[in-house]
Amino acid sequence: MHKLKIEDLEKIRERARRATLLREGDSKAKIIVHMGTCGISAGARKIMNALLNIVEETEVKDVIVTTSGCAGLCSREPMVTVELKGEAPVKYVDLTEEKIHKIFSKHVLGGKIVTEYALAIGSEREP
Amino acid sequence: MVCAGTACVSCGSLGIKKILEDEIQKQGLENEILVVTTGCNGFCGQGPIMAVQPDGIFYQKLTPKDIPHLVEEHFLKGRPVKRLMYIPPGEENPVPLISEIGFFQKQRLIALRNKGLIDPEKIDEYIARDGYRAMAKALTSMTPEEIIKEIKDSGLRGRGGAGFPTGRKWEFCRKTKGDAKYIVCNADEGDPGAYMDRSIIESDPHAVIEGMLIGAKAIGSNKGFVYIRSEYPLAIERLGTAIEQAREYGLLGKNIFDAGFDFDIEMKQGAGAFVCGEETSLIHSIEGITPEPSQRPPFPAQSGLWGKPTNINNVETWANVPRIILRGADWFASIGTEKSKGTKVFSLVGKINNTGLVEVPMGITLREIIYDIGGGIPGGKKFKAVQIGGPSGGVVPNALLDLPIDYERLTEVGAMMGSGGMVVMDEDTCMVDIAKYFLAFTNDESCGKCTSCREGSLAMLEILTRISEGKGKEGDIEFLEELGKAVKDASQCGLGQTLPNPVLSTIKHFRDEYEAHIKDKKCPAHTCKELISYYIDSDKCIGCGLCSKKCLVNAISGEKKKPHQIDKSKCIKCGVCYDSCKFEAVIVE
Repeated sequence: MHKLKIEDLEKIRERARRATLLREGDSKAKIIVHMGTCGISAGARKIMNALLNIVEETEVKDVIVTTSGCAGLCSREPMVTVELKGEAPVKYVDLTEEKIHKIFSKHVLGGKIVTEYALAIGSEREP
Repeated sequence: MVCAGTACVSCGSLGIKKILEDEIQKQGLENEILVVTTGCNGFCGQGPIMAVQPDGIFYQKLTPKDIPHLVEEHFLKGRPVKRLMYIPPGEENPVPLISEIGFFQKQRLIALRNKGLIDPEKIDEYIARDGYRAMAKALTSMTPEEIIKEIKDSGLRGRGGAGFPTGRKWEFCRKTKGDAKYIVCNADEGDPGAYMDRSIIESDPHAVIEGMLIGAKAIGSNKGFVYIRSEYPLAIERLGTAIEQAREYGLLGKNIFDAGFDFDIEMKQGAGAFVCGEETSLIHSIEGITPEPSQRPPFPAQSGLWGKPTNINNVETWANVPRIILRGADWFASIGTEKSKGTKVFSLVGKINNTGLVEVPMGITLREIIYDIGGGIPGGKKFKAVQIGGPSGGVVPNALLDLPIDYERLTEVGAMMGSGGMVVMDEDTCMVDIAKYFLAFTNDESCGKCTSCREGSLAMLEILTRISEGKGKEGDIEFLEELGKAVKDASQCGLGQTLPNPVLSTIKHFRDEYEAHIKDKKCPAHTCKELISYYIDSDKCIGCGLCSKKCLVNAISGEKKKPHQIDKSKCIKCGVCYDSCKFEAVIVE
């Protein structure tokens, strides 16, 4: 990679936005597994592995599985955020491998929020 | 209310606002309808967003061509436009909105703005969220003096403990003459129960790097160090990755953005000594010599690493810098209280329902943090106090729940902001025991250079231990107070100067509890083992035998279906019987 110029920053921003923002990309859903130290110690790696296996088995191509840091509510880890194209993100808490299977089939593929595992809809505020 | 959060602005919410105002004027409604901008609503995937009050209707994904229709239908004819709504009326939303959940509702994110949103191992995702734009601005269109002025005007103060104004700290270092200058990020977070810095690095390492780059430009430094504790493997890994990626992009290295500015960062791992969080000890540790503090002045800004002018800030402080440069000092200074601006990250732990990491505006009350965000105390227990600022801080009791949290207010009541650990304690927590716990920690971590700290902490710990064992004497409290003040006065660094705080503040707010231990030989919270005893209430005991099965030392006996007894000579006061009894027949006194 060559050294960036300031103009390149804008190009990367656009490219990354297309890749990460569902609105501007080709994927229909994004699943963020929250993997801070707290999430990992509560079992986030298992959730991540389960998700990757499901994606492989179902051969779904248009779902992004990605990681991020702690979502803040450490006592409810493992947590994931599921965002479908055109919809507000949904945070799921206290996850197990079974629960993530159900969330994947009902919410990610079927479009219906699994209300019993969901904590909230939306994302946090910045002042 | 039109959302003017970063995400909505980037998809055109300010344009929407302009058109909305024009249309409202066209319809002659300007006296009835007020258009205001709000902070982010949290539906960033749905923007631009606006809410109409008092109807409480959310419109989403607005485009300029929707507005004339919307104004005419909703505002003039009173018919809300269903197709633009987030949730059409009549359709129940089974999952609450994030803004309806107390834990999230009262938080305001600056240092943690990217937490849970970006992949911390991908620099592009940081750049997508305005990353390195502040640095580009600082490097190409601001002089060092302008950067320092911006930080000074913002009112940002050190987030690592004492709350020294960051801009002034930078200015001292800027003005000191020297051929080389260093900047350091202090990530040696060591307070029990505190993990703010770890989480910031884990979720957004580039924010720290960008903050350091801006600071380096302001101070005139070409070399930075991150001093990070080795107990944080994930944070070390992610920061290492982030530094690598920034180097590949030329954001660290020579002639960054062709602006004639060089800067690089090196990571140094601590070896587990608490005292290394203190500036001068930290410097010695990086230099490779024994991490003992040295006398200030000279301050690190005058003579720091290898005798060169050095500026040290904490992780959270650095993470705030890019936002201030990008959004301006006025924006930052509009949040918080008169002397404490912006937000503070706290780790909320202990006897609290929502354990976690929260970022709140300065000036928020303790009550809001404990009850609205923290969700109150588990098991229907009563809130007793919160320990703020770790071993250097103090307790804030129930009576001060409405205290607005800022640097000055906390110091006034005998606690301190510290790095931001909040350990919540309920009615079952003994204040003597808590003081003893923190003193045992600081006594262990004292480097031993100053007699007052080394021996003073030991003497205080011995007295506290004696009190908790029921061997307290008349005059112990007064002696602890006197000794505490002496240790504060006679110690060289922050560790010794603050270690008496947990003792002094528990005495200040819970003197009666100390007196109960000393005079009545009782522990009101039933924690100090030497001062409590367990017995079985024969009226309540039905003889189920559960407690005797659970007892580890076979101290409980009795016939089936008849009241049992505890043999006090065998009892080790572990409390298993108390916890296991379903009939509240085990009594502790």
